[in-house]
Amino acid sequence: MSEKPWISVCEFDDLIPDTGVCALVNNQQVAIFRSRRLNEIFAVSNYDPIGEANVLSRGIIGSIGDEVVVASPLYKEHYNLRTGECLEKPEYNVAVYPVRIDDGLVQVQA
Amino acid sequence: MKKRIVVVGNGMVGHKFIDNLVNHADADQYKVITFSEEPRLAYDRVQLSKYFSGSTAEDLALTNADYYNEKSVEFILKDKVIDLDFDNKEVITASGRREGYDKLILATGSFPFVPPIPGNNGEHCLVYRTIEDLEAITNSAKQSKVGVVVGGGLLGLEAAAALKAAGLETHVVEFAPRLMAVQLDEGGGKLLRRKIEAIGVKVHTQKATNEIVAGTELRYRMNFADGSHLETDMILFSAGIRPQDELARKCGIQLGERGGIVVDNNCQTNIDNVYAIGECALWNNRIYGLVAPGYQMAKVAVSHITGGSDQFMGADMSTKLKLLGVDVASIGDAHGTTPGSLSYTYSNDVDEVYKRMIVSADNKKLLGAVLVGDVEAYGTLQQMCVNGMDLPEDPNCLILPNVEGGSGMAIGVDALPEAAMICSCYDVSKGAICCSVQNGARTMGDIKALTKASTGCGGCTALTKQVMDSELKKLGVEVSNHICEHFPHSRQELADIVRIKQIKTFDELLDGHGHGLGCDICKPAVGSILAAFWNEYVLDKKHIGLQDTNDIFLGNMQKDGTYSIVPRVAGGEITPDKLIVLGQVAKQYKLYTKITGGQRIDLFGAQLHQLPAIWKVLVEAGFETGHAYGKSLRTVKSCVGSTWCRYGVLDSVGMAITLENRYKGVRAPHKIKFGVSGCTRECAEAQSKDFGVIATETGWSLYVCGNGGMRPRHADLFATGLDDVTLIKYIDRVMMFYIRTGDRLQRTSVWLENMEGGLDYLKKVVIDDKLSICAELEAQMAYNISQYQCEWKTTVENDELQKRFKHFINTDATDSNLAYVVEREQIRPATALERNNTNIQFVELVD
Ligand code: SRM
Ligand SMILES: Cc1cc2nc3c(=O)[nH]c(=O)nc-3n(C[C@H](O)[C@H](O)[C@H](O)COP(=O)(O)OP(=O)(O)OC[C@H]3O[C@@H](n4cnc5c(N)ncnc54)[C@H](O)[C@@H]3O)c2cc1C
Ligand code: SF4
Ligand code: FES
Repeated sequence: MSEKPWISVCEFDDLIPDTGVCALVNNQQVAIFRSRRLNEIFAVSNYDPIGEANVLSRGIIGSIGDEVVVASPLYKEHYNLRTGECLEKPEYNVAVYPVRIDDGLVQVQA
Repeated sequence: MKKRIVVVGNGMVGHKFIDNLVNHADADQYKVITFSEEPRLAYDRVQLSKYFSGSTAEDLALTNADYYNEKSVEFILKDKVIDLDFDNKEVITASGRREGYDKLILATGSFPFVPPIPGNNGEHCLVYRTIEDLEAITNSAKQSKVGVVVGGGLLGLEAAAALKAAGLETHVVEFAPRLMAVQLDEGGGKLLRRKIEAIGVKVHTQKATNEIVAGTELRYRMNFADGSHLETDMILFSAGIRPQDELARKCGIQLGERGGIVVDNNCQTNIDNVYAIGECALWNNRIYGLVAPGYQMAKVAVSHITGGSDQFMGADMSTKLKLLGVDVASIGDAHGTTPGSLSYTYSNDVDEVYKRMIVSADNKKLLGAVLVGDVEAYGTLQQMCVNGMDLPEDPNCLILPNVEGGSGMAIGVDALPEAAMICSCYDVSKGAICCSVQNGARTMGDIKALTKASTGCGGCTALTKQVMDSELKKLGVEVSNHICEHFPHSRQELADIVRIKQIKTFDELLDGHGHGLGCDICKPAVGSILAAFWNEYVLDKKHIGLQDTNDIFLGNMQKDGTYSIVPRVAGGEITPDKLIVLGQVAKQYKLYTKITGGQRIDLFGAQLHQLPAIWKVLVEAGFETGHAYGKSLRTVKSCVGSTWCRYGVLDSVGMAITLENRYKGVRAPHKIKFGVSGCTRECAEAQSKDFGVIATETGWSLYVCGNGGMRPRHADLFATGLDDVTLIKYIDRVMMFYIRTGDRLQRTSVWLENMEGGLDYLKKVVIDDKLSICAELEAQMAYNISQYQCEWKTTVENDELQKRFKHFINTDATDSNLAYVVEREQIRPATALERNNTNIQFVELVD
């Protein structure tokens, strides 16, 4: 299987620390978050499977124990930003996408 | 071979018996078979009324088929046991089934008594006992405007509440001269009546119904013995319960004179191997119409069958309930029937409180009590009564209101013996709660899971928590009020740290006082604290990540991810020109338009990228943000007041606008609402608000800490005869004191209720400046107000700030998941069904 291409979506500086944005990549809505403390970026699907709306990029990020999470702005379930798993309802999960910074650009594989 | 245990009736007590037996150490020696006449396994009858507020049969279930299967309990539903063959030790059912037993348990409960009134069997003449009854009531209520409950006892009033909630004009017809004659004395019954009438339920006492005939205006007409009559569409009989002893009677088991299956201290009947438990059982010539004694009987019967030595020795019949919103409690010998007993009475018509204690002839022991309107003393009095504890030196203090605030008079849970029954629904003693704390329980959730305490009627919740807290303290475990795992502090402590150390950002606070990354609990809470003290632009880069769902884009997120727009309409006053602008904007962007409950206009369905453009138009037209998203001042509801209203005493609209403009944008632990009424008719409903202001001939009256919403609370009168300046001064102080000391998401109502010393203390702080902080509170408020900015104005004036308002960072495309249909000439989100229907034409969205 050939690897999907890296698509540039914005500049790293467009990401306000500790918030998210949403990018459209190959017709998929990808929520991208930047944690200032971890100096790390994360990408998961923007679709909240419980609230059934494209809103995850507008959630608050943080930690629960050792997990890095985003809280859905609709009903506040937490999704693990590394695995996509929903902490409260493990039967739900969201897709996780590879993301990197290349020459000041944020790139996603989706 | 296993012993066969047949349980007739799978109600609350029958199930309790089974549950105890199958979890007994010797459970494997028994085979349990149970019959129920009802179509379902045991459910929580005590909580039956919750069925009207949305609980389903499933929510009420106490057990289910899986559990019984797992425990090998055989159950047969919808089959009534109609005969017993003692010689062959068999039960016989309506369907002809025969089942042998070694031990037979009768747990047939009771049935509602329907007085033998001619015409009592109409289609809309109903009773209140089973889920099926409730379904019938719901159906009947849909076809009725007026409902009558026959019987003003405990269940009757619960039934009346249900009818009232269903929107019916509700009447209670009682034969006795007062309500709840069994539990309450005359004074208590009188006050209860007054309170219930005040909420619109009509009470008719000393009415004997002679007949029910066809009505002229409504469905039925009830003719009373005194010649009067009442018309109604439906009738609910709740005139008491009778033990269900039909089967026992038929088979010659000994009954009491007025019914009930006679049992001894082992719950055995006069027939060998036959027991009776629950509401069908008569012990010591008494029927116990409450579940807790039934549960004790279940325990005793299991003990007797398995060779134990438990005995039933009677039970405490004390009750504490909320009926139609009125707190009522009855303890022990409420009527003072003990020879020589004395009484203490406190009766206050202004606050509508009635309390009476019955004490022994030597004034040493408490025998009983009646409480109406204020039942705070229940826990203390009930424990004192059942445990035979000595009365304090001055028994008055048990019922007199505490002048010096605080509940100094509570006996304190430490004084209770280990065996004291804390939760009578689940038979949980103080010892059992302490024991589960010793085994690791740390929260009320843990206690509930481990002991079931406080999961029944809920009457013991406060006491259970006190026992838990006291035990935790003894174990040296600090009772945690930490806001979340990231900060070892309460909201109040964080607010102090922020204020005293002049901390301006979340990161600064986390670095110095917390750990981890923060979360969706502490971030918005700290965001609110920072805003409350420094009032900087909330979407400043350093604060943005802290903002909750709604604040982060200055609008309220709707179910599909779009937003609502609520401009401020101070005091509800709006010019025609501004109304037109709202209409134009709504039309241009196809927004759903609705008048809110807060006297302003909400425009729904704006997409993220449209927000700045819409707000630009609104700001240009002179609108400001309404902070409908913020934990901050929402609205100041006004009535029209003296400028137009013929009764108006002062200019309520003017005051409402002044207050709204003064406090707009001020962040707090939770939202804050005001109301200003121009006279005591109170058209602005000010007494249901956090701050209520009512005009009187002598000046403004200020009410504080009211609440609508989930748990309504009337505001308390704080001060009267105020001029404008003093009014504002007091509000400044109370509000800032709340901002400093309130808990996360705690409305002013709960804040006040949790304040040690309560209203009196608050008055001392604010009016008498007991803590010498008033100048500081006022200065803090003045600073905060001086920093006000309309966040939307700031946003639309700065292109950089608007960049975030795009659905996608890398394209101008919009969310393809949105779909709207038209209803009543406006848009609404399509339902899942509509989305999947290819024939439906969705509304074309505005770019
Ligand atoms: C729009 C409105 C309903 C309407 O169509 O009329 C409304 C809508 C919402 N209310 Fe409300 N409430 C509205 C008036 C009320 C009122 C009536 C009033 O203010 O006079 C109350 C009871 C009064 C009170 O607060 O004491 C009210 C009690 C609540 C509560 C329960 C609060 C409580 O203390 O129990 C919540 C939940 C919460 O805040 O946690 C709530 C929460 C909400 C939320 C924020 C739910 C949410 O998170 O989405 C809704 C936001 C919708 C939106 O997008 O604007 N709303 N809400 C009303 C807006 C008034 C306004 O102009 O700002
Ligand atoms: C609306 C309401 C509110 C209440 N509120 C409270 C409260 O706040 N606090 C409190 O302590 N108590 C309250 N009670 C009383 C409490 O529900 C009863 O005390 C409790 O249910 C008694 O349990 P039981 O098992 O004895 O009877 P039930 O729960 O009535 O069970 C008896 C079962 O036996 C079945 N049965 C009868 N005869 C036969 C037969 N021959 N064959 C097969 N099955 C048969 C019946 O159909 C029924 O299902 C309330 C009751 C009602 C109706
Ligand atoms: S009552 Fe419930 S549904 Fe109605 S607006 Fe308020 S929160 Fe929304
Ligand atoms: S006493 Fe009813 S739940 Fe505890």
